[in-house]
Amino acid sequence: MGTGTGIGRVRGLGSAKHGAHHWLAQRYTAVGNLLLVLWLVFSLLSLPGLDYESVVSWIHNPLVAVPLMLMVVSIFMHLRVGMQVMLEDYVHDKGLAFFSMLVLNFYAFGGAAAGVFAIAKIAFIGVVKP
Amino acid sequence: MARSNSRPLSPHLTIWKWGPAMAVSIMHRVTGNGLATAGALGLIWWLMAAATGPEAYATFVKCATSPIGYLVMIGLSWFFFQHLFSGLRHFVLDMGAGYELKNNKMWSIATFILSLLTTGFVWLYIFGKAL
Repeated sequence: MGTGTGIGRVRGLGSAKHGAHHWLAQRYTAVGNLLLVLWLVFSLLSLPGLDYESVVSWIHNPLVAVPLMLMVVSIFMHLRVGMQVMLEDYVHDKGLAFFSMLVLNFYAFGGAAAGVFAIAKIAFIGVVKP
Repeated sequence: MARSNSRPLSPHLTIWKWGPAMAVSIMHRVTGNGLATAGALGLIWWLMAAATGPEAYATFVKCATSPIGYLVMIGLSWFFFQHLFSGLRHFVLDMGAGYELKNNKMWSIATFILSLLTTGFVWLYIFGKAL
């Protein structure tokens, strides 16, 4: 007691214990990115080729599609919290700061959805003959 | 931001002599945001092209393997490894280790050396395989 916000003091609640949430989310997704993007880099380097058929038949494998989806989600969660910190530091105008958060969230969720959709389509349909 | 001009500010970026720790710190932000924009968009473009079909994929490959495409990919790979090693440094600092002046300076410089070496190895491997 005696710390935290005014309303918290009135209610006698103190901290909500969620103060480190943003910071921790950055670290959890950082570990996810570390493992998954390195896996992608090594996989791409060891593929026989990076032409359409090689790449699509590789992603078609469930053991590739699932980690690849996780990678896309981890990347976009990580860039969402990361870019938020950057924008909070540099965008001082209140209205512009609000707008930048809006755009950032659209970008992060839109990008993750597009990536997961693309992987799912390849996983279910596979190589498309021209 | 609202600030009273009669109050002093603590000395900020302008008065400090540049050192490796400052360079690695700002590069972490630059590489992170570069990867978050150009890197993430490139990744989604690649996945979407592969999901759309052979023609869309051919367009992606044509752009990616143009001189500018290679420049962007080599740059992004270096950004990735710099952000990776700098991020690993952050994990160590998060644990409260590595703040001694000598250690801090050494690991700051090490992130740059390691990222350049890894990027070099990756592209030597790629171009070596292509030959």
